[in-house]
Amino acid sequence: MKEVIHTPVPSVEEEEYHINMGPQHPSTHGVLRLVVSLQGEIVKNLKPHCGYIHRGIEKMCEKDTYPQIIHLTDRMDYLSMHINNHAVCLLVENALQIEVPERVKYIRTIMDELCRIQSHQLWWASFGMDLGGLTCFFYGLRDREKILDIWEESTGARFLQSYYTPGGLMWDIHPDFQKKTKEFLKYFRKKIRDYEKILSGNVIFRERSRNIGLMTKEEAINYGVTGPSGRGSGFSCDVRKHHPYALYDKVEFKEILYQEGDTLARYMVRMDEMYESMHIIDQLIDNIPQGDFSAKMKAVIKLPAGEYYQRVESARGDLGLYCISDGNKTPYRLKFRTPSFSNLSVLDHISRDLKIADLVAIGGSLDLVIPDIDR
Amino acid sequence: MASNNIYDNFVTSITQWIHSGLYHLLPPVWALLVELTIIGLVFLVFYALVGLFLVYAERKVCAFMQNRVGPNRVGPYGIFQTIADFIKLLMKELVTIKNSDKLLFNLAPFIVIIASFMAIAAIPFAKGLHAIDFDIGILYVIAVSSLGVVGVLLAGWSSNNKYSLIGAMRSGAQIISYELSVGMSLLTIIILAGTMQFSEIVQGQQYGWFLFKGHIPAFIAFIVFLIASTAETNRGPFDLAEAESELTAGFHTEYSGIKFAFFFLAEYMNMFIVASIGATVFLGGWMPFHVWGWTGFNQVMDYIPPSIWYIGKTGFIIWLMMWFKWTFPRLRIDQLLNLEWKYLLPINLFNILLMAFIVLMGWHF
Repeated sequence: MKEVIHTPVPSVEEEEYHINMGPQHPSTHGVLRLVVSLQGEIVKNLKPHCGYIHRGIEKMCEKDTYPQIIHLTDRMDYLSMHINNHAVCLLVENALQIEVPERVKYIRTIMDELCRIQSHQLWWASFGMDLGGLTCFFYGLRDREKILDIWEESTGARFLQSYYTPGGLMWDIHPDFQKKTKEFLKYFRKKIRDYEKILSGNVIFRERSRNIGLMTKEEAINYGVTGPSGRGSGFSCDVRKHHPYALYDKVEFKEILYQEGDTLARYMVRMDEMYESMHIIDQLIDNIPQGDFSAKMKAVIKLPAGEYYQRVESARGDLGLYCISDGNKTPYRLKFRTPSFSNLSVLDHISRDLKIADLVAIGGSLDLVIPDIDR
Repeated sequence: MASNNIYDNFVTSITQWIHSGLYHLLPPVWALLVELTIIGLVFLVFYALVGLFLVYAERKVCAFMQNRVGPNRVGPYGIFQTIADFIKLLMKELVTIKNSDKLLFNLAPFIVIIASFMAIAAIPFAKGLHAIDFDIGILYVIAVSSLGVVGVLLAGWSSNNKYSLIGAMRSGAQIISYELSVGMSLLTIIILAGTMQFSEIVQGQQYGWFLFKGHIPAFIAFIVFLIASTAETNRGPFDLAEAESELTAGFHTEYSGIKFAFFFLAEYMNMFIVASIGATVFLGGWMPFHVWGWTGFNQVMDYIPPSIWYIGKTGFIIWLMMWFKWTFPRLRIDQLLNLEWKYLLPINLFNILLMAFIVLMGWHF
């Protein structure tokens, strides 16, 4: 006897269709592909397909020496290049118990914070564009250009600089660095008011972002959402506060926490972090001590056999480096715990049953950098 | 004070001269045909010129709002940039999509452009300078310009693309809703003017534009008209049908070459048309700015040709719409419909009542 299988015929209301957002789509900021199940305009289900820009950085690291690895980390999260470099440098320095000169710590901290500011500027620019405010994009990029100019003088490159080396810096800062940085801070303090006027204070923007993409503190912890996205849900996860490195235990700054957990809260965290970063640079920029720009390092760096873990707070969240060394000049295995990968995982959960326009807003508020996801 | 504008009979005399000349030379049927052809050609040229200029203007305006220079390579200040772009679009390949509905796919851009083309016919550019002076001019323009949504819907449906379909559905919901607000805000002024004929509406504003004559309700109607007409033309912050960050390009994602140019031109022409209607109905159209009793001042104002007044007012409204677009983020579809049905529509209904009451009591200026 044949068993009749009744497959329920979906009614018109229940019928879902799929669209591929990406790999080429304006709102994914790169080659991320989201397979979205929609019911009308309502997102029912979402599957991120990553790997379109996978370059095998972790595998390449196994063949490279530690100074070489630094150049690869630039290419992961291309908006927090200095901070990524910093992670590798700290890993090596902590493993070899090297004390870097005080001057290096100052410069690294300032560079890291400049990096955070420019990353947030670019995020603000593209977030505004995601929501349809095209003018934001130009404002954000205009101000970011100033930071790139400062970097160009000191590091010789504008984007992928690989400025840090294990034990110190590639070379010393430009004589104008302090002056230019102070000028920039003065300039940007004025310009960030424009940011507040054109987006933060706009009623359309606030209505678009308030109570959209709600994420509780527990969810943020469960999904491993860190950085500004996690802190928007009240998850105190700032590595700079909890595991201070460089000069973060000496400077005075606040960890920005918002309890709402919606898109607006994540937005506000980043806006306030720009002020905090400027505050940190203010404290350091006049006091950079004289001295060497690098500690004495051996020509070939070999880490003692063992396991090492190093965390830094990148502009997107908690960047972790897990390294197994077998005593050679190359690591046996190097694993990057990149913040964007974890942050992406929560996207499905918090954008369900919202409109497709909200999905774009939420995706923007998580501040995903696609090469950071794929590595 | 009779109509003392020195330019009053200027256009009429030219058209009369052509008219009598043609009828003198040709049999009446041929003369009529020639006249129709001339009018058609004039409108075609006008349409293309205005479209090209508006595209250029928009690019310059948005460039200045965004700390950019804008087009500045082709010709002085880049004024030939849009012409160069247009030639490029003309020469581009027309991509036909597999499994698309060929007939509707090809028909859609024409419906959009014909709808906007028909609407220009009723707009008065100066005294006597209009193709047809309907006694139901406003009704005609509203009816004709809302035909464009059919083209948008067809474009989205026939493209066989989900993004296009979402964009078209959004656009359908949006235009049909905001049609109401546009109509009702114009109705408010019709109550004040007592006519739907454009020429009489303009004539009625000889000693004060309706925006000032109707004071509070006219002002509310003007604001509502600005919002609703921006939404009706699918422009930011209401450009949900295109929404490039969500739907890549919305309903015209699959169009290329000249068909895309049609949608593009139609968008700018629609903007021009609603701005013209706004200028005509609220700001007096080609009528110079007059103040009751200030004879000297009025005479000075009369020396500025009516077409300049008309272009200035229309340009002001167009600039306002560009300003919106480049400043505000985009709304979400449910917020958009909420704005119409929960706020603008009740405000409008109340406003019509208020206007009727004011006109009844004679409290307008």
